[in-house]
Amino acid sequence: MHELSISRALLDQLAGLVRQHNATGVSAITLCIGPLSGIEPALLRAAYMQSRKQTVAEHADLIILPAAVRVLCQECAAVSEATPARLTCAACACSRTRLLSGDEMLLESVDLEFGA
Amino acid sequence: MRGLLCENDRAAGHNRRHFDLHQTLAINLMSSPGAGKTALLEASIEALSATFRIAVIVGDLETDNDARRIRAKGVPVVQITTGSACHLDAAMVHDAWHQLRNEPVDLLFIENVGNLVCPASFALGQHADVILLSVPEGDDKPAKYPVMFRCADLMLITKIDLLPYLADFVPERAQRYMNEIGNPAPTLATSSRDGTGMDEWFGWLRRLHAAQGHPAEVAT
Repeated sequence: MHELSISRALLDQLAGLVRQHNATGVSAITLCIGPLSGIEPALLRAAYMQSRKQTVAEHADLIILPAAVRVLCQECAAVSEATPARLTCAACACSRTRLLSGDEMLLESVDLEFGA
Repeated sequence: MRGLLCENDRAAGHNRRHFDLHQTLAINLMSSPGAGKTALLEASIEALSATFRIAVIVGDLETDNDARRIRAKGVPVVQITTGSACHLDAAMVHDAWHQLRNEPVDLLFIENVGNLVCPASFALGQHADVILLSVPEGDDKPAKYPVMFRCADLMLITKIDLLPYLADFVPERAQRYMNEIGNPAPTLATSSRDGTGMDEWFGWLRRLHAAQGHPAEVAT
């Protein structure tokens, strides 16, 4: 259940952003989480709901955007959709691929609140 | 946009600079519980402690059983008891490293918490990730836990001496699953008990140490 650690890291970042911009709170957070990040979005959401109490993000909406798994073949240069357990090239079936997307664990945007 | 774990990544970078400054090769050992990380360490310390100054950081949820076994081999050990945490993070390794700093270390083994899910997400500052897959676990673990196996620089198939009793395990199939998740990392079949493949493992470590921790330059 490392999602709890990740949720705490997120809340620390949000507190830092609020301080840095002299904001009063956070109204919305958008994350991008790929299937190869090792994070289960549903577990992260549950962990976040538990750990956000009495923080700057107590009432913030959490939006989690998915990311597609895509690989670039190092042999034939094709870009193809893949699945977490099968990252081979869809065009030539070779396994010398580089991941283009799918392991994202990103804080995409934060809406800050200002005023009393 | 920033990474959710950018603070951990920053701490991992700091650890890495420490390791490089002290010419310490840091190896992160990961596997499910019971795959043989501690037995591998015991055998490795016995074989390598004449050449390398070795230290070990051990992560364990409860008990200091593993730390005691390793300490009995005569090398410095720092145990991180993670309580309910399922992985080590860079800050924990940083604290543990500072507990070791009185003596120089050539080879630092970080025995991560036995778990095939969580440790993958947390960089520690290590030079290489070594993943153990024991024969009784089955050969399809790379397909079941791609996040974890994708980051490995070397896969050790452990307890290979059990292969005659567990015919379902096909080492070539484990290698094929690794290929399917796009990981070109080499695989070694080993047994800490009867010594199979251990010289190859030690050779890999020696070459990695000589290459100053760049796994891409080290073949098996």
